[in-house]
Amino acid sequence: MSIASQSTVSPEPAAAPQSATRPFAWSVRRELWEHRSVYIAPAVVAGLVLFGFLIRIIHLPQTMKLLATLKPVDQKLALGIPFAIAAAAVAATGVIVAFFYCLGALYNERRDRSILFWKSLPVSNTTVVLSKAAIPFAVLPSVLFVTIIATHLIMLLLGSAALAASGMNAALLWNSWPLFRMALVLIYGLVVMTLWYAPVYGWLLLVSSWARGMAILWAVLPPLGLCIAEKIAFETSYLGQLLDYRLNGLMHEAFYVNPHSREIGDPLAMLTPERLLTAPGLWIGLAVGAAFLAGAVWLRRNREPI
Amino acid sequence: MACIEARGLRKTFGTTTALDGVDLQVEGGRILGLIGPNGAGKSTLLNAVLGLIPYEGDLKVLGQDPWRSRDHLARDVCFIADVAVLPRWMRVWQAIDYVAGVHPRFDRAKAEGFLARTKIKKTSKVRELSKGMVTQLHLALIMAIDAKLLVLDEPTLGLDLLYRKQFYDTLLNDYFDRSRTIIVTTHQVEEIQQILTDMMFINHGRIVLDCSMEDFEARYLELSARPEHVAQARALAPISERQVLGRSIMLFDRGDREKLAALGELRTPSIADLFVAVMSEKSSQGEAA
Repeated sequence: MSIASQSTVSPEPAAAPQSATRPFAWSVRRELWEHRSVYIAPAVVAGLVLFGFLIRIIHLPQTMKLLATLKPVDQKLALGIPFAIAAAAVAATGVIVAFFYCLGALYNERRDRSILFWKSLPVSNTTVVLSKAAIPFAVLPSVLFVTIIATHLIMLLLGSAALAASGMNAALLWNSWPLFRMALVLIYGLVVMTLWYAPVYGWLLLVSSWARGMAILWAVLPPLGLCIAEKIAFETSYLGQLLDYRLNGLMHEAFYVNPHSREIGDPLAMLTPERLLTAPGLWIGLAVGAAFLAGAVWLRRNREPI
Repeated sequence: MACIEARGLRKTFGTTTALDGVDLQVEGGRILGLIGPNGAGKSTLLNAVLGLIPYEGDLKVLGQDPWRSRDHLARDVCFIADVAVLPRWMRVWQAIDYVAGVHPRFDRAKAEGFLARTKIKKTSKVRELSKGMVTQLHLALIMAIDAKLLVLDEPTLGLDLLYRKQFYDTLLNDYFDRSRTIIVTTHQVEEIQQILTDMMFINHGRIVLDCSMEDFEARYLELSARPEHVAQARALAPISERQVLGRSIMLFDRGDREKLAALGELRTPSIADLFVAVMSEKSSQGEAA
């Protein structure tokens, strides 16, 4: 800053201009500036899936001839599988991104001391922690939804083009993956997944606001160690079952797939929101998640930079 | 209403006492230099004032309890904690957008005006800027905020002389007016002596000396005693004496100006010399006790 400034003697504003500020919205935007992987990683995986699909549809006409010999039920299943894989791959990417995002969210700012800059601004600790929690709880599910739907749409269009080029009826493809109904299933799936994993995300954010280093070890080893200690001490594995239920119980509570039928039928019939909403596991999980977030707010206020 | 008022302010970390009953009062419109050795409690005191740490005792900043009302006070209180705290991943325009988005008293045009005088590009990332430029950016952001209290904790650490001088000149010319209060700590005491209105020495968690610069100039005298008058000068009880190029330099607290003038050359001491004198005086008293 040159000293020879044209010192414009601006009249001191009697009352400082109180522009409308939106700390929460800007803090979420700030997170996206810093963590572009939140939307890039799912897009990259979707790109890879599409690349694989592109190679696959070169053989699509032959595949379709093969499929013609199958029963309609199996045809539908065979055609739907790539779509299901695409959705699962992108969603799994989202979970991995959420895991690492949460672990770093409140840890990195303490490690590089930038927390002192953030704390010099009038943004409360609650706003900061909630804006960081908004990434796994709101932003990522939305990103995943848009990415998956776009991927499916492109797959349907590419597949249709390939079928049309070889003089086949593309309707079979659209029948095997009813886009609109599947979008409803996807919304349901993403919402329940987010709610179900709330305590996991909360735990990771708590660890990230507390750990002085090796956040990933602090996040994973204590629960694992407690399970082993319980097994050794009491020869029981209640904790292990609890963790297993949290990580893998979602499918059981939120969906119903008849194991004896290969008929897909109406995908919406697989959803069991009433069972999920009456599962104590959901509500206990949400309460625990909220408690972890409150702990993260407290720690951000009280903990020193590393 | 005083800008900062503290009575019996204490803070302990485990068994370490960082602040041991600090009483202080800082009026609005002052530039206070907080000076003390490493580990004296400077940063702890500033952190308490900023509402970053809890404490015992009474503390009011702009009439409010900073720990309880931090979120509210943060609109009126700004700080630069260290040169390295701007997030390295951030781009210059993002920093401006973010502060404009969350701070009701931020004047974007002002910040951009300050930046226009530097070589900083708005598309640069903080990690690409030199240390001096990061400080310029931070200062541009902070000076565009119409705050009542600005706290600078070692703001020029690690900068070269040119940037340090620019930093304080800019602060004084473009930011400070009689309605704002600035508190600054630094180890480069000589460089800020001219801009301070008040100074405070802190050691072992206590305020050792607290005076305005007018008082400082009226009260302390440094005598470069002529060799033949050294013994006479010593008889007037200087608070310290050191040898520089074979001459005795003595520091007097409330010395008789006329008497002393007869014994050698008189001048106002530097804060640094007074600091050394006061600190060694205290420690020798401590040893005697």
